[in-house]
Amino acid sequence: MGHVWKMVGQRLALGVLTLFIVSVVIFGATELLPGDLARELLGQSATPETLAALRAQLGLDQPAPVRYWNWLSAFLQGDFGVSMANRRPISDLISARLGNTIFLALYAAALAVPISLTLGILAALWRNSIFDRAANVGALSAISFPEFFVAYILVLWLAQTGLFPSMVRINPTTEFGDKLYMAFLPALTLTLVVTAHMMRMTRAAIINLLASPYIEMARLKGLSPMRIILRHAVPNALAPIINVVALNLAYLITGVVVVEVVFVYPGLGQLMVDAVSNRDIAVVQAVALIFAAAYVLLNLLADVLSTLSNPRLLHRR
Amino acid sequence: MADPLLTIKDLRIEGRSGDDWLEIVKGVDLTLNRGEVLGLIGESGAGKSTIGLASMGFARDGCRISGGSIQFDGIDLRKASEQQRRELRGKRIAYVAQSAAASFNPAHRLIEQYCETPVVKGVMPRDQAASDAVELYRRMRLPNPEDIGFRYPHQVSGGQLQRAMTAMAMACRPELIIFDEPTTALDVTTQIEVLHAIRDIVAQFGTAAIYITHDLAVVAQMADRIKILLRGEEVEEAETRTMLSSPREDYTKSLWAVRSFAKATQPAPTGTPVVSVRNVTAGYGKVRVLENVSFDIHAGRTVAVVGESGSGKSTTARVITGLLPPERGEVLFDGKPLPPAYTARTRDQLRQCQMIYQMADTALNPKLRLRELIGRPAQMYLGLRGKALTNRIRDLLDLIELEPDKYIDRLPSELSGGQKQRIGIARALAAEPRLIICDEITSALDQIVQEGILRLLDRLQSEMGLAYMFITHDLATVKAIADEVVVMQQGRVIEQGLKDEMFQPPHEPYTELLLSSVPDMDPDWLSRLLEQRAAAG
Repeated sequence: MGHVWKMVGQRLALGVLTLFIVSVVIFGATELLPGDLARELLGQSATPETLAALRAQLGLDQPAPVRYWNWLSAFLQGDFGVSMANRRPISDLISARLGNTIFLALYAAALAVPISLTLGILAALWRNSIFDRAANVGALSAISFPEFFVAYILVLWLAQTGLFPSMVRINPTTEFGDKLYMAFLPALTLTLVVTAHMMRMTRAAIINLLASPYIEMARLKGLSPMRIILRHAVPNALAPIINVVALNLAYLITGVVVVEVVFVYPGLGQLMVDAVSNRDIAVVQAVALIFAAAYVLLNLLADVLSTLSNPRLLHRR
Repeated sequence: MADPLLTIKDLRIEGRSGDDWLEIVKGVDLTLNRGEVLGLIGESGAGKSTIGLASMGFARDGCRISGGSIQFDGIDLRKASEQQRRELRGKRIAYVAQSAAASFNPAHRLIEQYCETPVVKGVMPRDQAASDAVELYRRMRLPNPEDIGFRYPHQVSGGQLQRAMTAMAMACRPELIIFDEPTTALDVTTQIEVLHAIRDIVAQFGTAAIYITHDLAVVAQMADRIKILLRGEEVEEAETRTMLSSPREDYTKSLWAVRSFAKATQPAPTGTPVVSVRNVTAGYGKVRVLENVSFDIHAGRTVAVVGESGSGKSTTARVITGLLPPERGEVLFDGKPLPPAYTARTRDQLRQCQMIYQMADTALNPKLRLRELIGRPAQMYLGLRGKALTNRIRDLLDLIELEPDKYIDRLPSELSGGQKQRIGIARALAAEPRLIICDEITSALDQIVQEGILRLLDRLQSEMGLAYMFITHDLATVKAIADEVVVMQQGRVIEQGLKDEMFQPPHEPYTELLLSSVPDMDPDWLSRLLEQRAAAG
């Protein structure tokens, strides 16, 4: 087991390095944006003196490396800084929204992962059957439409009839059951968007193995087709499946901007959109870094889990 | 012996080829009594595995059983439902595959895979199956029978896996086992252990077996009767002793005579060797694979490097070609040292030394036509272009006895195994090398095809004065083609010398073990050898 921990440690170190590079890129990219916050806050009529004073107050007059260092060190201590637009601590702005985003992502994942794995396994079991084709066509159609289109279709069918709300009004005091009910449509939209990818990868990973000698051996041992797939194919197909699931989970956290806007869902995506239009660079930076961290962590988790799923890596000779 | 256990009548099996179905088994009859072992022999493509699988009522994807009847103990397997056939498989008819390493599921421990059939089929509960597994592992003479089941397949050697697979097949005490080339992938010394274990356990349980192989000497040890197949049809069938002593058909006689090819003995070499390996020590990372290896190869001569898998034969080839720079020692070419890494060698130095690989299937790019496969080295090393290049390619195809007009624009997938290996030879020749390293190039081929390849190599050598380094674990091949022999074990050279000296006693103990492990075409050979070894202690 020692070498597994060593590998986890190495991947973790690589993840930290990746995040560091990402932070430089984020900071550099926001530097390139035209205009600055002081002018945005004070408007066109501001005098050079007031602009300079405000810049000094916000720390905008210091050279970029110094500002980068101050930003990063504060960030690492949990101090995300203050929103430049409304002077509120960014951590307050983010914490509630991060919770909502994670809730929506987990909600969608809880629907999408079991559905797509089941569909993928059944499609592999009954490959080239009517079921297989129907599942493929259905999943591909869902992924082919833009998210907002899927979202509006669902609103048309399920919200206009009054079954589910089309606007998600949740706050920290909302009951869990109510949250599930209110967030159903955005979660369903996301499920439709990510299912195809996971299902097709699961199907392909399993079918890829069906020509293996050990699958033929399992058939010659007289095992049922379902048992052959579940017990002999799936354990060997886990690595690609885990990776595609992790990639889609990361997408559920970072790629939900459009869906949040459609359903007025108070998540990080909305916050980021608002911050970009307000030139609230501190918020943009913080949210971007959180998204990057989610990607890095989920991929790290996928790497570790696929290693654990492979006895050849887990149990050395 | 009232009712036979298995009766196959006029079996016909078709394989899909594009949109058509081609008949690959053309009306074969087969009868097997309880407790009897039948040997099925033939070249690849003779349909032996297909018939073996059909006796379980099974056809591979892309194949279908199109005619005839298969009766197992009164059950018509062709008329039975899939459910009924599945019920029989694993419980009453079991299968042992050619490559145990590929046929064990890498994700589960051996004992889990052992227990699966008895538990799923309701033959016995899980803990009884587990203790039964240990008992069978012991009978198969596996080391540490209590613990070996808790290993994963990749943690167990090939010969042990093959025995574990036989134990797994025995789990439900089936009445019939199909052995599909169970020792083909093993070294001779390992093969003996597996043959011994299989023969004992089949006898102990009175299990009937179909033993499929292309190795006549092996089947002579295992089978009561032998059936010979050629292109999906039966050639002849007889009791083992009768078949060996007086084969009726010409094809059978040609099989028996196949090991007749032997190169004429040449005197000891003189002059500067083409390649000289000097005190080479090499390894991968911290693992030392070669220890102080030295030998010479002279022009126009073949040096056979012999040993079990893991003895360092292929690693030596990697050192010579520069793929693996040695830790110590050097490789001389025409008496001058070669740079250790191939990246530091000149194009001309690279040209002089070419390789032919074991698996022609994977060594040829499937997307390239023969024109490109053979033309590439001629173009790269010799700068041939246009008409000159085409002529050269045609000459090379002539050399390897493939008609240029017919073959020049074919893809590797349109060739047989032996033809692919010939293309491997042509590709090596295209560079006009002085040394060709042949890495187990005949071990994936049938004996008749092997013979053709060996004769071709011999002819090319006498015409062009090529030096060969011939890596093999098959001593019959060594007898046929070698001038000198280098015996390796665990990365060291144990013994080396002229072929005639090597095959004359006295031998080093390890050489003796290798030599005595090559099966003879004598049905009593295995019993006698085991007695001798037991007596020797």
